[in-house]
Amino acid sequence: MRDEDRPLTRNIRPGEPPLDRAGYEEAGGYRALKAVIGRRDPGELLDIVKDSGLRGRGGAGFPTGMKWGFIPMGPDAPKQKYLIVNADEMEPGTFKDRFLLEGDPHQMVEAAIVAAWIIQASDVYIFVRDAYRRATDLLRAALAEAREAGYLGRNILGSGYELEVHLHTSAGRYICGEETALINALEGKRAVPRQKPPFPQSSGLWGRPSVVNNVETLYNIPHIVLRGAEWYRGLGKGADGGTKLFGASGRVKRKGPWELPMGTPLRELLEAHAGGMHDGHGFRGLLPGGASTGFLVDEHLDLPMDFDPIQNAGSRLGTGALIVLDDRTSLMGMLRNLEHFFARESCGWCTPCRDGLPWVERILAAFAAGRGTAEELDILEMHTRFCGMGKTFCAHAPGAIMPLETALKYFRDDFERGLTRAA
Amino acid sequence: MATVFIDGKPYEVDPSRNMLQVALELGFDLPYFCWHPALGSVGACRQCAVSQYKDADDTAGKLGMACMTAAGEGTRIGIESEEAREFRKSVIEWLMIAHPHDCPVCEEGGECHLQDMTVMAGHAYRRYRYGKRTHRNQDLGPFIGHEMNRCIACYRCVRFYKEYAGGRDLDAFATARDVYFGRSADGVLESPFSGNLAEICPTGVFTDKTLGEAYTRKWDMASAPSVCGHCSLGCNTFVNERYGAVRRILNRYNHAINGYFLCDRGRFGYGFANREDRPTTPLLRRVRGGAPSPASATEVAGYLGTWLAEPSGVIGLGSPRASLESNFALQTAVGAERFYHAVPEAERALVATVLGLMRGGPVPTASLREAEDADAVLVLGEDVGNTAPRLALSLRQSVRHAAWRVADKAGVPRWQDNGVREAAHLARSPLVLATPEAGDLEDVALASLCGTPDRLARFGCAVAHAIDGGLPEAAVPDAVRTLAARTAEALLAADRPLVVSGTGCLSEAVVRAAAMIAGALHRRNAATKQLFVLPQANSAGLALLESAGGVEAALARARAGDIHTVVVMEADPDRVADPAAVDEALSDVRHVVVLDPLPTGFAARRADLVLPAASFADAAGTVVNHEGRAQRFAAVRPPPGDVQASWRWLRDALARGGRSEAAGWQRLDDLTLALAARGGDLTGLEHVAPPAEARHAGRPLPREPHRASGRTAVHAGKTMFEPAAPPDPDTPLRHSMEGHYAPGRVPPALLPFLWQPGWDSEQALNKFQAEITGPLKGGDRSVRLLAPDPDAPAPICDPPPPEPGPADGTWPDPADGSWPGPADGTWPVVPVWRVFGSEELSTAAPAIRARMTPPHLLVHPADAEHLGLRPGAPLTLTVEGRRLTLPIALSETIPEGTIGLPAGFPETAGFPIAGATTAR
Repeated sequence: MRDEDRPLTRNIRPGEPPLDRAGYEEAGGYRALKAVIGRRDPGELLDIVKDSGLRGRGGAGFPTGMKWGFIPMGPDAPKQKYLIVNADEMEPGTFKDRFLLEGDPHQMVEAAIVAAWIIQASDVYIFVRDAYRRATDLLRAALAEAREAGYLGRNILGSGYELEVHLHTSAGRYICGEETALINALEGKRAVPRQKPPFPQSSGLWGRPSVVNNVETLYNIPHIVLRGAEWYRGLGKGADGGTKLFGASGRVKRKGPWELPMGTPLRELLEAHAGGMHDGHGFRGLLPGGASTGFLVDEHLDLPMDFDPIQNAGSRLGTGALIVLDDRTSLMGMLRNLEHFFARESCGWCTPCRDGLPWVERILAAFAAGRGTAEELDILEMHTRFCGMGKTFCAHAPGAIMPLETALKYFRDDFERGLTRAA
Repeated sequence: MATVFIDGKPYEVDPSRNMLQVALELGFDLPYFCWHPALGSVGACRQCAVSQYKDADDTAGKLGMACMTAAGEGTRIGIESEEAREFRKSVIEWLMIAHPHDCPVCEEGGECHLQDMTVMAGHAYRRYRYGKRTHRNQDLGPFIGHEMNRCIACYRCVRFYKEYAGGRDLDAFATARDVYFGRSADGVLESPFSGNLAEICPTGVFTDKTLGEAYTRKWDMASAPSVCGHCSLGCNTFVNERYGAVRRILNRYNHAINGYFLCDRGRFGYGFANREDRPTTPLLRRVRGGAPSPASATEVAGYLGTWLAEPSGVIGLGSPRASLESNFALQTAVGAERFYHAVPEAERALVATVLGLMRGGPVPTASLREAEDADAVLVLGEDVGNTAPRLALSLRQSVRHAAWRVADKAGVPRWQDNGVREAAHLARSPLVLATPEAGDLEDVALASLCGTPDRLARFGCAVAHAIDGGLPEAAVPDAVRTLAARTAEALLAADRPLVVSGTGCLSEAVVRAAAMIAGALHRRNAATKQLFVLPQANSAGLALLESAGGVEAALARARAGDIHTVVVMEADPDRVADPAAVDEALSDVRHVVVLDPLPTGFAARRADLVLPAASFADAAGTVVNHEGRAQRFAAVRPPPGDVQASWRWLRDALARGGRSEAAGWQRLDDLTLALAARGGDLTGLEHVAPPAEARHAGRPLPREPHRASGRTAVHAGKTMFEPAAPPDPDTPLRHSMEGHYAPGRVPPALLPFLWQPGWDSEQALNKFQAEITGPLKGGDRSVRLLAPDPDAPAPICDPPPPEPGPADGTWPDPADGSWPGPADGTWPVVPVWRVFGSEELSTAAPAIRARMTPPHLLVHPADAEHLGLRPGAPLTLTVEGRRLTLPIALSETIPEGTIGLPAGFPETAGFPIAGATTAR
């Protein structure tokens, strides 16, 4: 792919240090910032983002322009408004945001400033996962360089616009990826999700209008405002516009990540980019976007990796990081491992998640050891129903239960084999 | 009103509520844990799940939480749907995974909301077969036990303790299934509202340690409706008893007063009623100089009758901790002109002033409920956190009106607790504190000012002047004038402003300034209210009985020589006067009679006759709270030994002495009626309680539940025959499980306990309210005396004169070097109060004693430096020839140039508070 068709990663050279400000500007960086801050009407820019069809890359796929559209604008809007960058990447199998932050930190800075201008934010908080030490150091350096260049602080480039960017390293909980839990964590409270409404756009961080966006989502913004919605839509192969980072884990030959058009067929990802299965390993199924998505199997391999087709197939696009199950790996072991993670990462707020997931984990361990019971198969089924959306406080348990729910659908035999057998 | 549908049937409901409240109010049994009527909804436990239907054609429905669903027009839920029932059962199953199932040894067993909800939701058989998560418990101090393994993580404890009550040392720790509720380390819970955890917790994690020490099941305890005697607020309580011992105090909901919560002094101060050293038989000194020895009730009535036969040589000291009826009996026995109040004259006069301001002015007095409803509050002079803790909790809620306004605007329903807090963030209604030292509401106050009582009074006058320029001006520094203007502005902008003051500063100037502010506001806004905290539980009641003065006057009268008998009723003269002066004044008095439930040092030293008087647990009576609200408390147990109410001892003696006044006093009601017949302030008093003869279905109300076990076996060691229940001529209650517990027919305010089938915990309360968080069905039982006079002019007072100091006539400021220090070594003493330690009855309770810290003299760091004193160094105060030596503690907020004296402690009670000469 040509560099201009990979807006997210074009400056990234694996194994080499990222571009500094001079290098980034030489490569065309900060052009968007210079073109829009104080020069382009935020409302007009918002329309471009809306038209681009950009959908959130954190996993839920909510249209970014629509999300920003709920932020109060104009003279009556509160003076303090916050853009929060969700860099708390902790989805198992996923390292796309890390790849971007470590590979091209200045693009993060530019993207944050441009996005902040569009919603007229007073402050940006970049909420970084604690384990991302290198990304944090690089971001800190990039922010210092940007400040030196007058891209941050009071009166940016003489525009009269004032913006501060704060780097916040979190203590590291999966639930901080949930935007309202992230806001609570940023306020110094327990990282427990909030009830919506009120939505963050009206009452978020410290009661002020706030919007939370994923790192990868924001990396698209400078390019969209520079090159337009039509160009961006054209990058995608299917219904969703733009490109996306994909990757793979499991017994496949290559792991990625690769920046590819949205709508790239699953089979192409698996066979061309990941290089197919390791020799001697057969394909059984995959989780298309991290651990909190449902299994897809052979019959789904021709689906395009767009939000809606994957959702319609009973899974979620998620982060686009495939987790591939082969025929020599224990499904029960894999599920137990996943549910161990989700049970551990429950924030402890609502009952089904806090107390249900550890039970599921223990049952799966029993099945993995061939000591499951028929009653427990019912109990697992019960959890797939009662940890679903709307029954729990947030989407953590529904995501956690999705691999189990789809495994019960596609790989029932594995569970039967996990039952205690009479001697 | 909105029409909602529950299981297909339409109901007209209030749309400002959520569907859980609505369902409970309509009588549905819908289980819940994390929701609490006073705390609102947070959607954590998922126990109140119901099916939610889009419209009449939707039969499948989707599960949702009733507590998080607004009762909007056309809302349709199914409580009985298969899916909802199955889900609710699963929630219990999850909660039970790590629950220890230790009900047989759990203090909560039998009154456990978790038990009730488990039965209600239908979970019965365990399917989980793996290991349980376990926790370590903490020692949380003398009040609260901790058993974390029982926890179901409903989060109510931290939501109450931190968010509602402002505590800082209890939190949720860890995550996932390991989430832990406790302190960061073992230690005494700091909040004076920690006892509420025992009721807030739906299971046995937080329990009442004082009950645990001599544990007994709820169903084996007798219970009675009572009124707290540990401050002037009159919070309603249930007293629980077994085998003659009071076992605990529970909150008794009164919409107008304490609502759902009590303070720890009220909850744990009961222990004085169980003391083994309390007098239970009369003690008579038969020989002058000899030791008192037990005597029979008949014998002592004869003696006392002889002494009282001719009242001209008798004086009586009535008490603010005795009932209205007992004080009335004493006043009758000795005559009003020889009836004194066993409090310092300054206190007696100050209480009289306050009552005068309440009934002689136009401003109505606020109940606690109304204090909570106020949307701007000025506290002038009163450290409410220490003198009336439950009021501090109400004021802490009052600041939330601003938050609710934000929430209303943002479309967040008020019951959606976290949503309101997140939307409102720091929005708070104004609360201005002006007190001698910083108290526990500082964290939610708009501004605060610390000063001597005179300075506070001048600040108060400055506020009044800022409201109404026609009122006298006060000399205050510029910064204080600015604060006064800000305060006035906030009070004027409010819909329901409130001025709080009280007798804590022992300052007429302070209460008069407060009344002036309230009066000035009232002219501008008729919704203005005032509230004065009084010294003790029945200070107002005592003040309604005409007297010849305070303790000083009584001692002077005794000293005059024509007095042969002094009757001290439910009071300790050593706490209100110099013991040496007391002994000197009484030296020629032939008969000193003490009636008290407490063994006092004075009685041991000086009494010729000690009569064991009933405590609140032993006999009924009426008390009048700070707002002039008369309330009746009932005995929970038959009086032990020869104990009887003070008025009965006096009645018996009067009869033996040939006096006729007490001839008609058979029941408490006879005295209450006689008081009511006096009219005036006491008009209507007879409505304070139903007559003792009131019956339902011909039977009295049982104090014990029908499940009380061992009804006959208790006495089987002595006799196989069941003894008759001891008589209680004073209330319609019976000391027995027999009778007619008729929750549907008797107003809940009169019931000795609240219980409904399936609702064994305190959460049964929902069934006794017409509307959750509203008044009890049939109303709260009390009589408001002391109505304001709408036509009376607002009170006006002059500010105290400026003190010597800077030329501008304001007060000296050490910060600018203008403070010369007390040149002659004479320091004004400011009374400071402590929740645990300043109140007489509770300091006789072991649990409160364990929670008290020894009193220290409070000195500002600058003054300590000036005096060359380190913290803990002893300092001697000399006042009127009396000396008091205590270690000092530094206080940043005590006014410079003054010394804070913790009032009411065993070490400090009776020491005069009025300027002191210090010695190191």
